[in-house]
Amino acid sequence: MKAKTSFNPVCPIPISEYPNVLLAHGGGGKLMHNLIGDMFVKEFENPLLSAMHDGAVFGVGKERLAFTTDSYVVDPLFFPGGNIGTLAVNGTVNDLAMCGAKPLYLSVGFILEEGFGMENLWRIVQTMKSEAVKAGVQLVTGDTKVVDRGKGDGIFINTAGVGVVEHDLEISPASVQAGDAILLSGDLGRHGIAIMAAREGLEFETEIESDCAPLAPVIMKLIDEGIEIRCLRDLTRGGLASALVEIAEGCGHEINIEENAIAVREDVRGACEILGFDPMYLANEGRFVLFVAETDAEHALEIMNPMLVDSVPSKIGRVSESNSGDVILKSRIGANRIVDMFTGEQLPRIC
Amino acid sequence: MKYIDEYRDAEAAEKLRKAINAVTTREWTLMEVCGGQTHAIVKFGIDELLPDEIRLVHGPGCPVCVTPLELIDKAIAIASKPNVVFCSFGDMLRVPGSEKDLLMVKAAGGDIRIVYSPLDAVKIARNNPEKEVVFFAVGFETTAPANAMAVRQAKELGVKNFSILVSHVLVPPAIEAILSSPQCLVQGFLAAGHVCTVMGYEEYAPLAEKYGVPIVVTGFEPVDILQGIYMCVKQLEEGRAEVENQYARSVRKEGNLPAMDLIREVFRIVPRKWRGVGEIPESGLGLTEEYAGFDAEVRFTVSHYTAEEPEECISGLVLQGIKKPNECPAFGTRCTPEHPFGATMVSNEGACAAYYRYRRHSAKKKTVGESAGV
Repeated sequence: MKAKTSFNPVCPIPISEYPNVLLAHGGGGKLMHNLIGDMFVKEFENPLLSAMHDGAVFGVGKERLAFTTDSYVVDPLFFPGGNIGTLAVNGTVNDLAMCGAKPLYLSVGFILEEGFGMENLWRIVQTMKSEAVKAGVQLVTGDTKVVDRGKGDGIFINTAGVGVVEHDLEISPASVQAGDAILLSGDLGRHGIAIMAAREGLEFETEIESDCAPLAPVIMKLIDEGIEIRCLRDLTRGGLASALVEIAEGCGHEINIEENAIAVREDVRGACEILGFDPMYLANEGRFVLFVAETDAEHALEIMNPMLVDSVPSKIGRVSESNSGDVILKSRIGANRIVDMFTGEQLPRIC
Repeated sequence: MKYIDEYRDAEAAEKLRKAINAVTTREWTLMEVCGGQTHAIVKFGIDELLPDEIRLVHGPGCPVCVTPLELIDKAIAIASKPNVVFCSFGDMLRVPGSEKDLLMVKAAGGDIRIVYSPLDAVKIARNNPEKEVVFFAVGFETTAPANAMAVRQAKELGVKNFSILVSHVLVPPAIEAILSSPQCLVQGFLAAGHVCTVMGYEEYAPLAEKYGVPIVVTGFEPVDILQGIYMCVKQLEEGRAEVENQYARSVRKEGNLPAMDLIREVFRIVPRKWRGVGEIPESGLGLTEEYAGFDAEVRFTVSHYTAEEPEECISGLVLQGIKKPNECPAFGTRCTPEHPFGATMVSNEGACAAYYRYRRHSAKKKTVGESAGV
């Protein structure tokens, strides 16, 4: 391609193929994974970043802290089950929880587009206030910028969060061991379908609401009860499939899961059948996958069950002795197949 | 979920597996025509349940995969023009043209929108009278009625700024092209259930008779496909070559008559080039004279575009069932969904993409090229 010569030939991303950023570079699939791994992690290299966890965990004096950040650019801003403010608080709180940290403080940066409705901003702020109370965090510092009309999408929000780690567990893919049980906190895909339906004006018999919820309370309870957590991952963009593929790559073990054990609500399944989507790849905002010692699995499910509103946790598989680093799913009819990341975003099919 | 769960039932699948085992006495090669079936076979691991004697090869029934390179180039040329809103089903956006794909045009500023129905594109045209709105009318007989409806609606409403880029192909001529090839290995077909929902299956009887092959109209769920395979193998073992209907809950022999009338009103049968296969006579649809004014190729003067496939890509052989995706030397190494050589590696329903997504572990564990039951 002509553009090839104008780029640094040592650029790690095959830029000759992608001279511009595509939406898929933010879609949670393989392109985003490659962009982060090859461009960002490699260049900013340090041990904390290279762990590729939801946040960084480090020691300060006698304390261990967790630190994370996330930006929120959802369209539409208001959707069944929440709005951008719900996501901006819970998303960051959940990233801290996935480090096993108790969330304490958040920062918030607002990028507002000229002309954005003050009433809408007020609604978002009120949501953030109440979600922060629910999650037990305070918004302690912030920033506001306004950009010209047409240069933003109403409102973008960035939040960063700090939490404290009050245990000695090493929660990371590297801690996963053969024989560990894999637990899933509930049914898949509600957030993805809720957003999709609101964005595209799709109507279903019942309104599908986002599953957006704070996950810190249940994680803190599991830790307090002495559950030996090996790894945690919230299932946002890219869904369960991408989370498991990342963990399998990180720990090097084969991960075996059973399709029959993975819950997907009837209405979400229906929407997926119509659109040609696989619920394993749909975004969630209140679901996580938990790797624990097999001996702790039952106890962990007993702890989680009463604390999770409107979702039922289940054991979906185990970590195998094999070191293939693959995720293998046993299909409903009993045959095995590999689970891979999507290349970009799931695109609705033709027929 | 009704109409889904009972067709993904492990017990029903097991019964059919045993029945297929019991009826099979020798080697047979079957082709599932539709990419949706290929995807289900690989996703659910249906071929792993079959006896070694049954070899499934994957047919040309993925509309994304068979759309020729030059049509993608035409789409890219139109979508790159200022003042154009280019509407498409989602999975066409990642198909590589000669130099780039539609997603790259979008990233460079093209107004490209994913729609769920061609009627949405008509609506966009009505709401944006100052823009030219083009819909990429891709697909087999399945999508033809809705696309025909969009054009008819645009005509009735007097929407002048709407046109379609037609890339419609037909299943029976493709089956005939495969059967008449000297390299043909296929002994029986699973015909595409949704195509037959629209068109019925009367047009398959002459093919079954002329070439002596059984053709079973088959659905898309695991139990459907296993039952279709059973019916097809049973015919082969009994020396019959008939058209049978496994997908009776959706397909009637005569098809959907109003839908067929609509197709005939808006479209006429034309020769079409198939990606990787070449031109097949009377194998596609183009607009009739009455609707010729809605032809985007004419409106944007892109009819003269031609393009050659990359030589290294064997998707033509894959689409004809002569090669399996993992028999390609570039499969999974130089050709991946991130950097596809051909459309079969792009589409959800493309055989190469299905193998890549669900089958790399078998390729690792078994010898590449050991195709039956891979």
